[in-house]
Amino acid sequence: MNAASLRGVYTLFAKEVWRFMKVFVQTILTPVVTALLYLLVFGQALEGNIEVYEGVAYSAFLIPGLMMMSIIQNAFANSSSSLIQSKMMGNLVFVLLSPISSLGFFIAFTAAAVVRGVLVALAVYLVAILFVDLPLEAGWAVLVFAVLGSATLGVLGLIAGVWAEKFDQLAGFQNFFILPLSFLSGVFYSIHSLPGIWQTVSQFNPFFYLIDGFRYGFFGQSDADPMLSLSVTLVFLLGLSAVALLMLYKGYKIRE
Amino acid sequence: MPTAVSIRSVHKHFGELHALNDISLDVPQGSFFGLLGPNGAGKSTLINIMSGLMKADAGTVSVMGHDVAGAYRQARHALGVVPQELVYDPFFTVREVLRLQSGYFGHGPENQPWIDELIETLSLADKADANLHDLSGGMKRRVLIAQALVHKPDVVVLDEPTAGVDVELRQALWQFTRRLHADGRTIVLTTHYLEEAEALCEEIAILNRGQVVAQESKTALLARCPYRTLRLTLAQSDYRLPESLQALVTEAKGNRLSLRLHKTDHHIGDALKALQTAGIEVTDLRTEESGLEEVFLDLTADLPAKTTRS
Repeated sequence: MNAASLRGVYTLFAKEVWRFMKVFVQTILTPVVTALLYLLVFGQALEGNIEVYEGVAYSAFLIPGLMMMSIIQNAFANSSSSLIQSKMMGNLVFVLLSPISSLGFFIAFTAAAVVRGVLVALAVYLVAILFVDLPLEAGWAVLVFAVLGSATLGVLGLIAGVWAEKFDQLAGFQNFFILPLSFLSGVFYSIHSLPGIWQTVSQFNPFFYLIDGFRYGFFGQSDADPMLSLSVTLVFLLGLSAVALLMLYKGYKIRE
Repeated sequence: MPTAVSIRSVHKHFGELHALNDISLDVPQGSFFGLLGPNGAGKSTLINIMSGLMKADAGTVSVMGHDVAGAYRQARHALGVVPQELVYDPFFTVREVLRLQSGYFGHGPENQPWIDELIETLSLADKADANLHDLSGGMKRRVLIAQALVHKPDVVVLDEPTAGVDVELRQALWQFTRRLHADGRTIVLTTHYLEEAEALCEEIAILNRGQVVAQESKTALLARCPYRTLRLTLAQSDYRLPESLQALVTEAKGNRLSLRLHKTDHHIGDALKALQTAGIEVTDLRTEESGLEEVFLDLTADLPAKTTRS
């Protein structure tokens, strides 16, 4: 990529960030409030009754899960809703007429989703630590899983946004795929507390590794080996990226 | 003359429909080129392939010598497209979308004077900081034109730019596109309004059912129809035409009579003399040259004509 191409990609990235910042009440504030409500309700209801990791209060255990759930939902929403809106409004044409390559398009949308995911998670963290003591045992893991989680869901949102032809289809993808997988990935519990079969099923849920690796960064302990979580996450991200790039390169549903 | 847009043996199918069937066209550099055809002829499909919004099943298209598939970056730099639909991004203001569009093409702050000039020239200054959502249809159309020009393309494609706009804006757009052309840009115009093509274009291609049925200079195209119409107002409504004129009548209502005359075989003076000899007094007359519409209808006669005059 030459300087002009890089500027094109940077402009698209900046536009995607600018877009969600223009409606930050909806894109940042609302998910933070939602996560804090979960913390308030579940934390208060279960505090003292459950000790998932030794010496870790349930409220503290809950926070990384809620942060990653916010990352999953918001990074996905960022690229998918921007794309479906642009397709429905017809203004995607302005990007498609430009010399930005498929790879540049992919990088810009994914990077913007990472910014939103990380911002929402950071906001949840900053508010939550006002009320709950939260250790930070391995900062690298927090950062790596936050970025990789946001990127993975940003790419998945890109795929869904390109594939969906109407808001209804995207809502279906979000409600029947993203939401159940994120809720059933260990946000509120350790998979060791599940019956045997459900532990096995959970191990096939890629979101479980995102949450588990992310949680390791805070507590230094996790359900799975953090290196396994990192490997699964990287494979999932690379697989989704290959699909997304192929769709963009072929012009699937956007250059047909 | 060097070619601005070269289209070679392009085919495009949509299911069973052969939307473009072996299209080959050359748009000369610096020309004002009209792309005409009835609804469904394939004009927009061809524009979409030219601009990279759609892929051809076969064939090649190049813009200023750059293949739109193989050298898409250069081809898109050379091309500015004004879409037919009034599309806009409701998140941003006029100035913001122009800066963004400029950035997509790799331009930075050095392009700001050109953005300001476009805003001035297209009379957008009052609305430069207004959200696009709040603009009228006419203003949105102006913004679309500014977006297409923000990277200073050599070739500008206007896909039915005056569809649904009022007379004042249409005149302003005609004036602006003439200026773009005078500045040395190649203009490709698709339009339903044949008067528009007749007024603006030098070279015209007519598509019908996905095929090129004509590509000629406007003059040559108009010369395909060697007739003119003589419209007469007579002193009386009750008359008997001389036999020599009866075959030429295209309309006869009351005291109004229209005759279709071949430009070389029939002389107006002879027709008037014949009327005078028959004792028919003419109180008023005017002639109408054949227009593009007649040629267009002739070339696309196998389809019901859906094209309208503005």
